[in-house]
This record gives sequence, structure tokens and C-alpha cells, in this order.
Amino acid sequence: MRSRFLSNLVASQNFPFYVTGALFIILFGFGSVLFDGFFSLQVFLNLFIDNAPLIIVTVGITFTILSGFGGIDLSVGAVVSLSCMTLAVLMRDTTISPYVCMAIVLAIGFTVGLVNGLLITYFRLQPFIVTLGTMFLCRGLTAILSRDSVPIDNPQYSDLAFFSFEFGDYFLSLGAVIALFMVVLATLILRYTSFGRGVYAIGGNEQSAKLMGLKTDSIRVRVYIISGFCAALGGICYSWIMLSGYTLHGLGMEMDAIASSVIGGTQLMGGVGFMPGTLLGVMIQGSILTIISFQGTLSAWWTKIVVGLLLCLFIVMQALVNAHKNKLMNQIAEGSVKDSK
Amino acid sequence: MESLVKKFTQSSLALPLVALAVLLLFNAFFVDDFFKIEVMENGNLYGRPIDILYRASSLIILALGMTFVIATGGIDISVGAVVAISSATCCVMLGGDISGIPEHPFFVAILASLCVGIVAGIWNGTLVAKLKIQAMVATLILMTAGRGIAQLMTDGQIITVYYKPFAYIGGNIPGVMLPTAMIIALAMVLLVLFINKRTSIGLMIQSVGINANAARYAGIKVTAVLFAVYIFSGFCAGTAGLIEGSLIRAADANNAGLNMEMDAILAVTLGGTLMVGGRYYIGGTIIGAITIQTLTTTMYAIGVSSDRLPAVKAIVILLIIVFQSEKFKEMYRNYKLKRLDAQLGSKKEVTNA
Repeated sequence: MRSRFLSNLVASQNFPFYVTGALFIILFGFGSVLFDGFFSLQVFLNLFIDNAPLIIVTVGITFTILSGFGGIDLSVGAVVSLSCMTLAVLMRDTTISPYVCMAIVLAIGFTVGLVNGLLITYFRLQPFIVTLGTMFLCRGLTAILSRDSVPIDNPQYSDLAFFSFEFGDYFLSLGAVIALFMVVLATLILRYTSFGRGVYAIGGNEQSAKLMGLKTDSIRVRVYIISGFCAALGGICYSWIMLSGYTLHGLGMEMDAIASSVIGGTQLMGGVGFMPGTLLGVMIQGSILTIISFQGTLSAWWTKIVVGLLLCLFIVMQALVNAHKNKLMNQIAEGSVKDSK
Repeated sequence: MESLVKKFTQSSLALPLVALAVLLLFNAFFVDDFFKIEVMENGNLYGRPIDILYRASSLIILALGMTFVIATGGIDISVGAVVAISSATCCVMLGGDISGIPEHPFFVAILASLCVGIVAGIWNGTLVAKLKIQAMVATLILMTAGRGIAQLMTDGQIITVYYKPFAYIGGNIPGVMLPTAMIIALAMVLLVLFINKRTSIGLMIQSVGINANAARYAGIKVTAVLFAVYIFSGFCAGTAGLIEGSLIRAADANNAGLNMEMDAILAVTLGGTLMVGGRYYIGGTIIGAITIQTLTTTMYAIGVSSDRLPAVKAIVILLIIVFQSEKFKEMYRNYKLKRLDAQLGSKKEVTNA
């Protein structure tokens, strides 16, 4: 009976999410036991504040991974960098209101996503190569805007950057609130809209989705637009933290985002994933960094090694879970054959 | 003559060759003395063509390994990190002693670096072949952790090696005209071509890439083939790591081989090898790698800075992959058919009149 429960738990849709959640609690508990002052609401909230850009970017990249066909968006880190630089240069050289600047940046993200989506669907090109191309393009464009670091000193914009929601002794930055909002929005879209279900469908099996009458190409283009848009939004949040534009901003962010997504239970084959898991994936990376900074003597590259190990753990776990599911399916199939006899 | 032209345009090498030719033509007109090769005082060859091949060497080596991995339908995004680990290994083994006396014999350090590459390949191979994990995810692990491991080995510092012969790998062995990296790359290319011609491994790799299940039923040891390609890719990364480390005579865990996996994948794709696997072109890969390096050198020659270069590179790459796509070829065929129709139609009108 007990093993039956365990077997069902492992086969359940949200099993990776439970594991990620448990792991996060263990990591946070580990930090709390080891260090004074770790176990506080503000340390927990700081995870959102510090990782707001990564959370938003990961939400976007999760859409592309879910959509299958080798779906991935490598351009996000470069779009973050391009967004910061565009904001910085626009505010330095023109007197445009910061809000208009932000709208321009979001439009840039939208365009990059649209270009990615159209190249991938219309010419049937590999997402990996196309987004690699746009990644190089955006990095290059950033350097064309300015090779040096450009500070953002628009007072109106700084007010936005330092804006915080206070409740009692605790606070959340505007970026963190936007990040949480995006996660909730994305979860709802994926769960309750026909577009969201379409994303899972084309990720699971594109041929069946097409035969069911879904407009697979249109869904895929929209997925890449979402990713580009999220990357630009993440870039705006990043600029609130950095208050500057620089060519090396967001370097390697795409890989952090993919790693977070995988740790959060998204399968890179597409069609399987749960958005809140993605949030936990980012927070696990964040807690490792926090633990390392509390410890004080370890170097930041330990994060890379631990994240690598966690990735390994989750990927192997996913492989085993899939094998288990297949076994269950076969058992059920055999059972039904016996019944019919 | 016409059939030759047709044969050329239909061959997979046509596009990469044309791209390279266009670049070279551009150089011939706009860059002074582009094709001039001189013999320096110390007997080394010097000139832009040599420089391009020399700089392209480690990319060619990486791309060779990558070609086989991609041919099986996989991908290895960990090679850049393995380059960092390999160069760190060699530098740590030699030690940063300022007197130039190595801590371990040179050949031991070289062997250790190559072994590290092979071990990385075994790790990737285990994940992909044994645990049947998607190649991109499997190699993502080492890509993420790899630079951390390299940092761990060098203690987060840049170790500078003062041992003289170490510089020979990335530079010239005294008395040899060609840079050592070029010779290594050439040897690797010849080795791969020889194996490809004389054994059936190439055929096995292709059949695994087309349909792994069918290959298994046909009696091919799919696991062994997959292991072999990832180990070879790791070995190539190890070799490239030696060259990269030797070029700067130091172990820089952060920057050694940075983004090289991307360049290697690009070289393979430019060469006409499809990312879905099943077909591969070694010649195409080599030309692809040289094209990327020529583009880089050209841009430097006309004064584009290194951080702006990616924009130009991206546009060239996107154009080439669009031209290579089936859809574009189909559009081109339709366009030609339409023109033919129009011509026939106008002729008819003439005869009718």
C-alpha cells in the first residue's frame, strides 16, 4: 500500500515541483541553522529582490522550452544587456521621459522575439542557432551604442529604482513585485488560456497538435515574442539594480535561466513544466549565493559547482521518473489487455 | 561545364565556400597586402592567411569533435568549459614558478590535460549514452560546473607559466616555419579523414543520427558509438585547451575558451551539417571554422572593435543559415519555375501572333 502511494507520488505530474520545494526548504533551513540572522523574512524577501531580473527572464525562457522543437532562447542575456544600454543612452542623450524609454525597450524586446519566432517557424531553422545569432547581434548592438559603462542618473528613473513596498519592518522592491506578478500571470496563462494549453500541446507532440487543428506556427511565434518581451522587462529590472548600461551586463544569464528552469522541473524536450517550479529554481540558486555570502570565505564560483551538481541531480531524477512512468504505463496497458481477454 | 557548375551549386560545400570566397575577395580589395606571406628573421612564416589559419586552429579542432557529436543528433555545449579545465590542468601541473622550472615533466602535464578532456567526454558520454539524457541538458551540467572546477584548480587566480617550452604549443617550435597549433590541427584533420575513409565508424555515426533504434536493430552498438563521439569531443577540447593556455602562457579559468562552444557549433552548421543529425561534412566544418576566423580577422583589419564584432558576425550567420534552409531553397525553386513559366508563356504568345 505504502509503495503504491510512493509510486503514484513519483508518477504524479507535480513530483519535480515537490522535490524542488523540499530542496529549497532544506537549503534555507541549512542556512538558518548555520548562520545567525539568516532565518528572517527580509533575507527571504531579498531572494526576490536580488533575483527579480533572473526570475522574469526565466519565465520567458520557460515558455520557449515548453514549446518543444528544441525550443530555447539564448538571446535573453544579450537582450537584458541591450535594454540596460538603450535606457542609459536614451536618458543620457535625450530628454524623453523614462516611461517612454521603458516602452521603447519593451518594443525592442518584442521585436527581437518576433524576429526569432519568424525565422524559426517560417524557415524551419533550429531555435538554438537562430537565437545564438540574435544573441551575438544584441551583444554587438550594445557595444555599438557604447563600449564603456554608461551611468543612469535620471532622478525620475532613480526614484523608480529605489521605490519599495514597505510592510512593517520589511520591504520588497518594485522589480521583485513585478517578477512575482509575472510568475502568477504566466502560471495563469499556461493553465487557463487556450494559448497556454496550446504551448503544452505543441511541446508534447507537434504533429498531433497540428492534426487537432492548432495553429502551431502562430503559437510558436507568440512564445518567442513572450520570451523577448520578458527579457526586455528583466533588463529594465536589471537596470534598476545596476543603474547603468554596460556590454557585459547579463553575461551568461541565459544559461542561469535554463538551469533554473530545469531545476524547477521543466523538461528540455518540451511539453512538461510548471511555472512556479521555475520561481523555486531561481530561488534555490539565490539561496546558494546567500549562504555563500553569509559564510564569507567561500568564493562565488562554488555557486557554479553546486548549481552544476543540482542540475545533475535533477536531470538524473527526471530520467528515472520518466522510466518509472513508462513502466507504469506499460503495466496499465498490459492490465487492460488482460482484462479484455 | 554547366554540369560542373550544377554539381557545385548542389553540393553541400557550395555555400560555405562561396561565403569564404566573398570574404577573401573583400579582403583582396580593401585590405592592403592581405595575401602577402613573408619569412620572418627567425624563419617563421608571417602574413594574414597564415594568421587566420593559426588563429582558427583551436576552433577547427573543437569543431571536428563537435561535428561527430552533432552528426549523432546530439550537441556538446561543455567544450568551452573543458577548454578552461584542460588549460588550467596543464598550467597547474607545470606550476607558476618564476625560475621556469616545471613542477612536473612537460609531457606529463600534456598527457594530464588530454586525459582531463577524455574524462569530461566519458562523463558526458555516460549521461547521454547510458542514462539517455538529452545531450543539451547533459552537457549543460559540465558547462555550468566546468568553469567552477577550473577556478577550484587554480584557486581563483591566474597562474602564469614561465616554463619556456610551454609557449611552443601556442607559438612556434624554434626552427619550424609553421605555428605548432596549425600542425596539430592539420594532424587532427588528417587523422579524422583517415578514420572516416578507412573505417565504418562514420557510417555508424550517421545511422545513429538518423534513427538510433533502427541502428540498434541493425546490430550497431549505439551506446558505444555515442560514447566514442563524446570522448572524441572531450579529447578535442583537451587539445584546444592546451593551445589556448599556451597562447597566453597562463591559466585563465574565466576567459579561456569563453563562447568557443558557440563558435564551434556555428562552424559545424556553416559547413552544412544539420543540427538534427544524420549527415555530416568534415570538409564543410573546416571551411566553416576558417570562414568564422576570416570574418573576425577581416573585421579587425577594417577597424571594427572586438566587442562590436558579434553584430557583424550575427548578420552573416543569420543570412547563411537562412540561405541554407530547405524553405529558402524551395522558394528559390518556385521562383525559377515561375520565371520559366513566364518565358514559355511569352514564347507561346509570340508563336500565336
